Amino acid sequence: MKSDNITSKGGNLKTASQHGIQAPLALLAELSHRCPLQCPYCSNPVQLEKKTGELTTDEWRSVIDQAVEMGMHQIHLSGGEPTVRHDLEEIVEHCTKKGLYTNLITSGVLLNPDRLKKLEKLGLEHVQLSFQDTEKENADRIGGYKGGHEKKLEVAKWVRDVELPLTCNCVVHRQNIDNLENFIQMALDLDAERVEIAQVQYYGWALKNRAAFIPTPEQLDHATEIVEKARVDLKGKLVIDYVIPDYYAKHPKNCMGGWGRRFLNMNPKGDVLPCHAAETIPHLKFDNVRERSLKWIWENSEAFNLYRGTDWMPDPCKSCDRKEIDWGGCRCQAMALTGDAKNTDPACSISPLHSEIFSMAADEARRAPPEFIYRRYGVRFNSPV
Amino acid sequence: MTDILKINENVKPKFPKHVKFRHNKARDEWVILAPERLVKLDDIAVEILKLVDGKVSVEDISIELSKKFNAPKEVIMSDVINMLQELSDKGFIEE
Repeated sequence: MKSDNITSKGGNLKTASQHGIQAPLALLAELSHRCPLQCPYCSNPVQLEKKTGELTTDEWRSVIDQAVEMGMHQIHLSGGEPTVRHDLEEIVEHCTKKGLYTNLITSGVLLNPDRLKKLEKLGLEHVQLSFQDTEKENADRIGGYKGGHEKKLEVAKWVRDVELPLTCNCVVHRQNIDNLENFIQMALDLDAERVEIAQVQYYGWALKNRAAFIPTPEQLDHATEIVEKARVDLKGKLVIDYVIPDYYAKHPKNCMGGWGRRFLNMNPKGDVLPCHAAETIPHLKFDNVRERSLKWIWENSEAFNLYRGTDWMPDPCKSCDRKEIDWGGCRCQAMALTGDAKNTDPACSISPLHSEIFSMAADEARRAPPEFIYRRYGVRFNSPV
Repeated sequence: MTDILKINENVKPKFPKHVKFRHNKARDEWVILAPERLVKLDDIAVEILKLVDGKVSVEDISIELSKKFNAPKEVIMSDVINMLQELSDKGFIEE
């Protein structure tokens, strides 16, 4: 398979405004890749950023100012684990002072009631708390953190004690999918406003652990039935967001609402990425907020402009009438599974590689799950996938 | 967690704590913000939502708007109820 042909400076690529693309809506801010948990499906890149490379408090403040000036609405403070940063309070304060809707995405295990109270006072608007399972032994095994699940249940109570709104983030896969109804009940019991039921998405760490996580098509269908029923039963009571593994979908997901169209992601050292998995595309060169303004990067960065719009698409995307709906699916998935980021996302049933790749995944789902490769600093891999 | 809300003239609607109705200066537009949600609003919705504060009833909101836009209260109220019900079903409005 051929690799992408990249011009050195991307000089002939159309920019955001030439594509008619407005300012991004939200910023996903990975404050740190450090995390006490070791979930084997972590969305962080396999090459984790060390503490020494992280942006400073003032650098984040500047990014926040720029995001607001550009017209962004929301910021998601994420990681790794964002609460490892001792300046989280200062960052939250700055976000809310500037009017960004401020959301904390956390594993919770490092939080305590006083810190939550303080964050709430500083204007934090929402907490997303991750759960690995509803059974504590299995949850702690998946997260690689003993006592994690029980701590999270406590943290959820503290979140509600200070009247912060709560979303339970539940990543589901073949090793906990039978507890799906329990996840929904847990969210109700914890008095959450919202629950995110997200099937594992297979990039980075998760792709390396795919055989341990991918459900069978039958498991997935059953899960989807449960979610659809719960959505009807709990309408107006609990918001349920549901993300399926697109391996089993007919059409690919319109990843990020299209490459470089709506969102941007910043990693701990200030690289600006079109999505959190973009570092898995090896030829992309990212611009950094230490060198360029966020606005300049959104407009001009080659990493964004390469796959904006539809000009870059080969067939079957180019001639597809869904090309401005799906935007070709996911570039990172195309890269990981076909070796060329420009190819049609193989999650699409029209992709020539669809049946081969996804029957392989379905096969994995029927075999005994292998041991996890836990998310840790310095893990070495023998094979590329 | 709240029970399902049926919007009628006596309901005094408000935004749940995690839902913000905000003006974005750079874009000069009013939006509803909630976790991983952004709702763009038309002008009529903005006029209605500016009156939503948990103290004023749907009927009073409708009276206010019927004066402002010189239209029959019943017509306005049916629009107000429909819009607020839709937002309530999505978790963006409570009583």
